[in-house]
Amino acid sequence: MSPTDRIAVPPPGPRSGTLLTARGIQKSFGANHVLRGVDLEVRRGEVVALIGPSGSGKTTVLRSLNGLETPDAGLLDLDGGPVVDFGAQAAAVGTRSWAGRRAGARLAKLNRAALRDRSAMVFQHHNLFPHRTVLENVIEGPTQVQQIPRETAIGEAEGLLARVGLADKRDAYPHELSGGQQQRVGIVRALALQPDLLLFDEPTSALDPELVGEVLTVMKELADEGWTMVVVTHELQFARQVATEVLFLDGGVVVERGAPAQIFSNPAEERTRRFLDRILHPLD
Amino acid sequence: MDWQLIADSFWPLLRGGLTGTIPLALASFAIGLVLALLIALLRLSPNRVLSWVGRAYVSLIRGTPLLVQLFVIFYGMPSIGIRLDPWPGAIIVFSMNVGGYAAEIVRAAILSVPKGQWEAGWTVGMSPARSLRRIILPQAARVSVPPLSNTFISLVKDTSLASLVLVTEMFRKAEEIATFSSEFMTIYMEAALIYWMFCTVLSAGQDALEKRLDRYVAH
Ligand SMILES: Nc1ncnc2c1ncn2[C@@H]1O[C@H](COP(=O)(O)OP(=O)(O)OP(=O)(O)O)[C@@H](O)[C@H]1O
Ligand SMILES: [Mg+2]
Repeated sequence: MSPTDRIAVPPPGPRSGTLLTARGIQKSFGANHVLRGVDLEVRRGEVVALIGPSGSGKTTVLRSLNGLETPDAGLLDLDGGPVVDFGAQAAAVGTRSWAGRRAGARLAKLNRAALRDRSAMVFQHHNLFPHRTVLENVIEGPTQVQQIPRETAIGEAEGLLARVGLADKRDAYPHELSGGQQQRVGIVRALALQPDLLLFDEPTSALDPELVGEVLTVMKELADEGWTMVVVTHELQFARQVATEVLFLDGGVVVERGAPAQIFSNPAEERTRRFLDRILHPLD
Repeated sequence: MDWQLIADSFWPLLRGGLTGTIPLALASFAIGLVLALLIALLRLSPNRVLSWVGRAYVSLIRGTPLLVQLFVIFYGMPSIGIRLDPWPGAIIVFSMNVGGYAAEIVRAAILSVPKGQWEAGWTVGMSPARSLRRIILPQAARVSVPPLSNTFISLVKDTSLASLVLVTEMFRKAEEIATFSSEFMTIYMEAALIYWMFCTVLSAGQDALEKRLDRYVAH
């Protein structure tokens, strides 16, 4: 593939090695202990697929990586920073003294933002800004937050939109697009931030079946171009073809992990086998 | 009916409206909206003390008559040494009143924006304050235009109470002319007609604004 055929080149920096290590991530919502010690490792240029039954905690894992959720315990180490010890952070936030609590809260806030600035999320329901045109959606982060000159940001956004086949939609409002087009804009909005890590939360599960392909195609191209991605998905076909590693999550723990060929053809765990069976043969 | 009197009094009344009623309403509404946003943010604050302050303010404003608020400021405050001129005093009372009512509208409008919009703002790198300004408030503005327009139209009519504290707005003018000519029915009906005219124009403006803001929403 020639460079001009690319959607977007991943940001500069090392092309290999471990980007993200998560150890023992725990999270409760009230009495609901949702994550019970999740370990995760993502190497640069890899695509990790998270699969698992509804309520198993997939979204919570993904949101924790983007600072949208704050785990109660565990360690998150992003190469190049930050390294967050959620347990220590939670202890700091919960200290007795007012000054200690304040310091803890400040630390938590900094950590959250630092995590967020390394990754970008593509949401299940796109969450495009409805009062902004497609182009404005894409340049919002670069111009408002990253202080990239407007002209530069527009040029890059137009390039990205053209590559996902939406050049002619630049001035449309989100509601004027099909679901598949909306989701492609959502992907472009994430790419324009030049994150080290792309996060996808079931990006096709809200789409009509005939629109799923156009979104998965874009994602596959991004994977081929070397973007590092964590994808929560029910598209097993996609996971099988594109993922470098598949994690099966159930009850807040990673029950099984491995290469897609192994997980899908020859799962070691009974729970994985039953889950795959239910998805692949829903009528049996 | 005294047509000559109607003709002669029309311009003074209209002028009272254009130089009294409308500026008073506009100034109070502008200040009131800023106040409303602050109160709404207090009410939405996770800090219990702050949210209680917001709630208490709204309760106080909505639980007492506007006329009483006006009299407290004009005839009550001087007894504790605070004397306000009619215009600034009236603007303070009306904007505080608008602030209380509009705060609830603004709060509901902010809450009506889906949580995913805050999260999308977050993921593109914005602080909550910036998300509020660039993402949430523009969308909240759209939903709050109809109720806020109603608040404004009520305010235009309510400013007639300022005549009781000697602000020379339209109704004060009407009272002067009516007393002078003894044609109460004619003059007060004429004043009512001009208020109605103002409100009709404002309603038309509201429709136009709603249409404009609707352009990015699917129908
Ligand atoms: N903000 C929240 N407040 C309270 N409970 C939550 C919250 N977010 C998630 N949960 C709960 O945490 C559990 C895991 O949710 P999560 O969304 O991570 O699951 P999931 O694997 O993504 O499921 P699905 O496949 O249905 O999207 C669920 O029981 C859910 O109800
Ligand atoms: Mg989910």
